[in-house]
Amino acid sequence: VRESLVLIQIDEDASVMKNEVGYVCVGDERLKAEVLRIRGRTADMQVFEDTTGVRVGDRVEMTDEMLSATLGPGLLGRVFDGLQNPLHDLAQQHGFFLPRGVSVEPLDMNQRWEFTPAVSVGQRVAPGGVLGTVPEGPLTHKILVPFGESDSVTVTWIAEGKHSLSDPIARIESAGQERDVTMMQRWPVRRPVPGSLLRRNFAERLYPQEPLTTGTRIIDTFFPIASGGTGCIPGPFGAGKTVLQSTIARYSTVDVVVVVACGERAGEVVETITLYPETEDPRTGGTLMDRTIIICNTSSMPVAAREASIYMGVTLAEYYRQMGLSVLLIADSTSRWAQAMRETSGRMEEIPGEEAFPAYLDSSVKNVYERAGVIRCPDGSEGSLTMIGTVSPAGGNFEEPVTQSTLGTVKTFLGLSYDRAYKRFYPAIDPLISWSRYLDQLAPWLSENLDADWIGDVKRLHELLQQGESINQMMQVTGEEGITLEDFITWQKSVLVDMAYLQQDAFDEVDACMSRDRQLESLRLLMCLVDRDDELESREEVRELYTRLIG
Amino acid sequence: DRDLVSLQVFAGGKGLSTDASVQFLGRPLDVVYSPNILGRIFRGSGEPMDGGPDLSADPHIRVGGPTVNPVMRVMPTRMIETRVPMIDLFNSLVESQKIPIFSVAGEPHSELLARIGFQADADVLVFGGLGLIFDDYSFFRTSFEQHGVFARTVMFVNQASDPLVERLLVPDMALAVAEKFAVEENKRVLVLLTDMTAYADAMKEIGVAQERIPAVRGYMGDLYTQLAQRYEKACDFKGSGSVTILSVTTMPGDDVTHPVPDNTGYITEGQFYLHGGIIDPFGSLSRLKQHVIGKTTREDHSQIMNTMIRFYSEAVEAQKKQAMAFELSPFDEKLLKYGRLFRDRFMDIRVSMGVTEALDLCWQTLAECFDPQELLMKQ
Ligand SMILES: Nc1ncnc2c1ncn2[C@@H]1O[C@H](COP(=O)(O)OP(=O)(O)O)[C@@H](O)[C@H]1O
Ligand SMILES: [Mg+2]
Ligand SMILES: [Mg+2]
Ligand SMILES: [Mg+2]
Ligand SMILES: [Mg+2]
Ligand SMILES: [Mg+2]
Repeated sequence: VRESLVLIQIDEDASVMKNEVGYVCVGDERLKAEVLRIRGRTADMQVFEDTTGVRVGDRVEMTDEMLSATLGPGLLGRVFDGLQNPLHDLAQQHGFFLPRGVSVEPLDMNQRWEFTPAVSVGQRVAPGGVLGTVPEGPLTHKILVPFGESDSVTVTWIAEGKHSLSDPIARIESAGQERDVTMMQRWPVRRPVPGSLLRRNFAERLYPQEPLTTGTRIIDTFFPIASGGTGCIPGPFGAGKTVLQSTIARYSTVDVVVVVACGERAGEVVETITLYPETEDPRTGGTLMDRTIIICNTSSMPVAAREASIYMGVTLAEYYRQMGLSVLLIADSTSRWAQAMRETSGRMEEIPGEEAFPAYLDSSVKNVYERAGVIRCPDGSEGSLTMIGTVSPAGGNFEEPVTQSTLGTVKTFLGLSYDRAYKRFYPAIDPLISWSRYLDQLAPWLSENLDADWIGDVKRLHELLQQGESINQMMQVTGEEGITLEDFITWQKSVLVDMAYLQQDAFDEVDACMSRDRQLESLRLLMCLVDRDDELESREEVRELYTRLIG
Repeated sequence: DRDLVSLQVFAGGKGLSTDASVQFLGRPLDVVYSPNILGRIFRGSGEPMDGGPDLSADPHIRVGGPTVNPVMRVMPTRMIETRVPMIDLFNSLVESQKIPIFSVAGEPHSELLARIGFQADADVLVFGGLGLIFDDYSFFRTSFEQHGVFARTVMFVNQASDPLVERLLVPDMALAVAEKFAVEENKRVLVLLTDMTAYADAMKEIGVAQERIPAVRGYMGDLYTQLAQRYEKACDFKGSGSVTILSVTTMPGDDVTHPVPDNTGYITEGQFYLHGGIIDPFGSLSRLKQHVIGKTTREDHSQIMNTMIRFYSEAVEAQKKQAMAFELSPFDEKLLKYGRLFRDRFMDIRVSMGVTEALDLCWQTLAECFDPQELLMKQ
């Protein structure tokens, strides 16, 4: 036993697989653990809970299953820990504290769902194909043929009407074998849900061509994220990562949001779970909670489960994507996830890389973000999974390994700067360091749906901001008098763009979210102001004009 | 090596002999918890150090118990009045908040912490001293005694000369006791911890002794998690009491990017910067203040706060002008006067007044310095 790492001895005739889940039995408690490494007849297991009291000689029960998620109707609106224990149910059973060694069914097994079949007996359905639907909150939840089926199955019986999750709703036959299926299935979280569907061409991965609309101007206009794309938000503490991410979660035009609160403050999740059920979702008329799943493995919860929490969140998000829905996954913070990997790696005495992160940090980051994307599902519908993670760089320095690995993977970089946050220029995304590789990728959509000149205008404004900044720097040295009147006007224009467009108050009911249409209007207006050529004689006149425009 | 067990000797390994024997007690680390602990002082080992009655027969509770279920937390709603105007007015301390004082050696952080300790409107005060020099220990003790809060205070003290390993136990003991008071007795508990940098350094030293691989500047990769596990004990329990944590974190070399303040900043809900003997109104931040300002305090609080800070920052500009011997406008002169009054009346950490009184004094100060139309405040 070494903190959360235990060495187990495998019985003579037993087999153990890597990443298999087992339970370490301490008295009458069963501590969930995962196999990380096997050597001969011994294996290292990472225990997801506090290992106090674990002794040499304690029994370990293996499950023959990798760490898995339970998928089915009823996930929406729930709050889970990183291993998918529903936190409200745990609270009901155990009160204030999270006892170890307990697990609860992720879904309510008593609730009955109105099942409407989509197929008839004798029909052949592909893995991931639709057997029927149930209404879940604002959505139509599709009940799908288990993703693990190796080939299309034949339906030999199908149910209708109200059923609980443990009731069979269909019988399927594949390769001469018949079996019942329920509305629920399990999936190992470390494997992409559509993996085998894609390999066997039951599903297809598509190139993202539409933007996600977040309602935050600086993102949608200057640094867009494709629907099915990836983005990251690095920034020092207090720069506004969490506020920005929750603004995105709130206002983005998507069907489902999965929030992974990974190793940060519990208080922030409490705000979400307190306010979401009271906040109307303008798109559906329901509440925001109705379309949200929260995976909450905050900083004082077990570190090994924190590492798993990201995979858990991605798996649930992928599941809803397989129904042809647009899903947004936000993770706060991926640095805490990487640190959890670092802790485990250290205990396993693996050779450390930079800042003691494991050598596989980079590939792990890539693997997670690669699970985002647009998928054509077996039934022909298209689903998307967009992923946005915050990064909490040590010392606020973007050169550190987690930021660097993330920047090597994602296609939108929203870098928050301490200086802008200090000046209360929110969201504190620094336009001079941030970038989006989607701006050109989305060009066809943007010029068709917004304005043929859109990208050109945006790029011009971006250049103006850069010019403004270099003039500003010059002024720091030479004073206002040391620059030309023309430069002074350019600088004033860049300040105007910053104040009137880039900055947006997340706490103002009206300003917090701006639709694409209104962004287009505002941008046109802004272009007129930027392009105008006033006959201004003095700096005072210029200052006066722009103060008026900004105010 | 499966037959070997590593032990950490709390009192340190100095002088341990190869023929020493080991006796296992068969229970995890615990700390005494009963009504009798109020007014008492304990060492990091958990034993009383004040010469008072023995408490070993009193009930004990486990240290470092399970974490609270996030859904059993409630959103913070109440302020803890500290009677320090720079906190109450501009960056209110909120029940269940965890917040450090970022300070540097030589700053009066002990004075500030002690003052908040005896002035704050908490039911129970739990003090954790980490590597305290004797003079500081004795200062805190006397302050609490002289200001009449000792009877509702528990102190856990690891002095600079005490064993390092015991230093690691102090926060856990203090927080275990605090949590119990909150959950079982519905108390509003304020925990004071100083100095958390000494705590992190003790973790570093022991990590190195255990031949673990350091991550950044000698600190282990789990520094964030270790600190967070302690700070997250701050909580407002649904239908029960609360734990609030105020700590001192000294910044080595006044460098906020040093791993200890950096990790702390990522964990805590804001920070108070102590610079030149005052709480800096600009860098300091209470992330929870919007939950109480103008809600549990008077409704003019928010507006007054913004106006006062705006003028103070203009006053600082005016001072710069004055220092560079630039010409000063009549308004600059007003600002200079305001700056002086602001410092004397609000910034001096020895000033003590309630939040309502402080709001009134704000109005008075503004009236003494400016004409109403200069205030630019909504009626
Ligand atoms: N968009 C915003 N609008 C207004 N205030 C903001 C905004 N973003 C951040 N803030 C302020 O900054 C504080 C810290 O933001 P937060 O998102 O928690 O930072 P981080 O997650 O980067 O540490 C918030 O409590 C809030 O007061
Ligand atoms: Mg097996
Ligand atoms: Mg945050
Ligand atoms: Mg240690
Ligand atoms: Mg309470
Ligand atoms: Mg943070």
